[in-house]
Amino acid sequence: MATNKGRTSSFSRNFSAAPTSSIPGLKYGPNGTIFLSSGVPDLDKILGGGFHLGSLVMIMEDTEAPHHMLLLRNFMSQGLVHNQPILYASPSTNPRAFLGTLPTMLVSKDDRSRNTDAEQKDLRIAWQYKKYLGENKPHIEERDGKVEYCNEFDLRKPIEKHLIMGNRVECISLLDCSSLAGFRNSCSKFLSQLPRYDGNITSAGRIAIQSLCAPQCEYFDKEWDMLSFIRSLKSMVRSSNAVAFLTFPASLVSPSVSKRWQHLADTLLSVKAIPDEDKELANLLTGYQDMLGLLSVHKVARFNTQVPVILDATTYSIKLQKRRSLVLECLNQAPVDGSSGSSYGTSGSCSGSSKTGTLDF
Amino acid sequence: MDRPASFLDEALSLDDGDSNNLQPWIGRVVLVEDCVETNGAFVLHHLIKRFLSPNLSSSDSIVIFVAFAQPFSHYDRILRKMGCNLVVQRENKRLIFFDMLMLECPDDGVEDGIIALYGNIQKAVEAVSSLNKNITIMIDDISLLEVAANGSTKDVLDFMHYCHTLTTQFACTIITVIHEDIYSSADHFTLPLQMEHLADIKIKAEPLVTGLAADVHGQLTILNKGSSDGLGRWKSKIRNFHYRVKENSVEYFYPGGRT
Repeated sequence: MATNKGRTSSFSRNFSAAPTSSIPGLKYGPNGTIFLSSGVPDLDKILGGGFHLGSLVMIMEDTEAPHHMLLLRNFMSQGLVHNQPILYASPSTNPRAFLGTLPTMLVSKDDRSRNTDAEQKDLRIAWQYKKYLGENKPHIEERDGKVEYCNEFDLRKPIEKHLIMGNRVECISLLDCSSLAGFRNSCSKFLSQLPRYDGNITSAGRIAIQSLCAPQCEYFDKEWDMLSFIRSLKSMVRSSNAVAFLTFPASLVSPSVSKRWQHLADTLLSVKAIPDEDKELANLLTGYQDMLGLLSVHKVARFNTQVPVILDATTYSIKLQKRRSLVLECLNQAPVDGSSGSSYGTSGSCSGSSKTGTLDF
Repeated sequence: MDRPASFLDEALSLDDGDSNNLQPWIGRVVLVEDCVETNGAFVLHHLIKRFLSPNLSSSDSIVIFVAFAQPFSHYDRILRKMGCNLVVQRENKRLIFFDMLMLECPDDGVEDGIIALYGNIQKAVEAVSSLNKNITIMIDDISLLEVAANGSTKDVLDFMHYCHTLTTQFACTIITVIHEDIYSSADHFTLPLQMEHLADIKIKAEPLVTGLAADVHGQLTILNKGSSDGLGRWKSKIRNFHYRVKENSVEYFYPGGRT
């Protein structure tokens, strides 16, 4: 039995050693890739930095709950905060109205108190001059003079009007598209202003498509047209400085077409609803009452490398921290009640399993 | 390079026990099957490196790569970590790369588009056939070719059958990747069935029954239909082992045999 004891060693790059980009909102990753923030700090951490520039991100929706909208909103708000051009498409008659529901950046009280503490320490001697300084502090958009790569968003408050004014966000209604050819041309035009250079990146853009295969769209029954569109979108995005974020209700297309969509995605996530009063789940998980839903990571983009990303956990719970900001938490199994006598068949570990079931995480 | 044989090379009859004397394939059809959880591209990378390495005993190999899935830069960076420079190979005409990411066949012109693609491949093969080298055609991947052909399985199958004629005419080897989980839930099994029928060697990458893990990325099952043992007898063999993909190589081991 020959074992492969090659003399070649396998070494992986140290993430933290990568230089930080000077362009706000972009970060260098390993293997010559560049990351864009998803707008959810926990998701960036899970994916190892964010969304790869040039990748196609897909979210499989759950038709019973709109959790994919939380991710979509954060994704778009993050782009607006970083002044990145955005193309938004949705199957509604007035997609521009959706922009009013985008969340604003979260200004946490902790930050403010932390800064004032530092101030108080430095100005202990010159305390009488504090009154001249406090009021003129700029709105906390920058920390240490640097724009944050990823911000937290307050889902209760709408985004500042000036950020969605004008032509910063291009909105397209998918209901107007009898075939996807016109939409494809719009995407192509949008991406042509963001060509990919191997040298200096000057700007990055975002394409956000909501519910691409919604049944009310005229092209809904043309499965091969939709696949063809996704394939060309993927190729176009790959050769440009943009990230395409696409949600689709996977259960509404046939299983084999859904699999084809999944194969086309570079990064694939899915969201699932949690029933409100499920006693079984409440017994199985801690913190069940606060959970909105479950997020599963099926595939993470692998550019310029053949090594797959194996996460410690592939399923996370979606929660709203303090009812306003989106957090993703690992699932924790609640202590098993010894008196019940029954053992839960699936183990509490969160590594992905190839078998499908209703409570599979 | 004196290296112990790897399970994969042995299972594929690429290696007759002496790694200094690698036997290339002649006129074989190889099918790589994978799924969403386990991507089978690493098998292609391994084979590219094998065919473009200077170790082959007989004359050099030429690789014709038809890429639907990833751009050239992606393969270049991966193979560079494995010690193979695709840019140089392309300049030396040992690698002919067709970037088909943007191939669009208009609705009524699917057949023409596919015929044009086949024409390009055949021209490339004929151009190098006189040089008496082993020619390998790699297609990554055939499920995307179906999408490019707007779902016309008939045209894709015709294309594959035409490519198959090249194996007999020019002694090419054809290696394709197919995503078998797309077809397992469909009514139309035509494409994977025909491909499996054509293939001499089938390599299937799938996750372990217990799921994915950091130490073991999946399992490979290799069905080698007709391996001659040199005495005129043909026997088929099935091999199964686990693998773990690293940046510059892949580790293969029997279940539980990980060192």
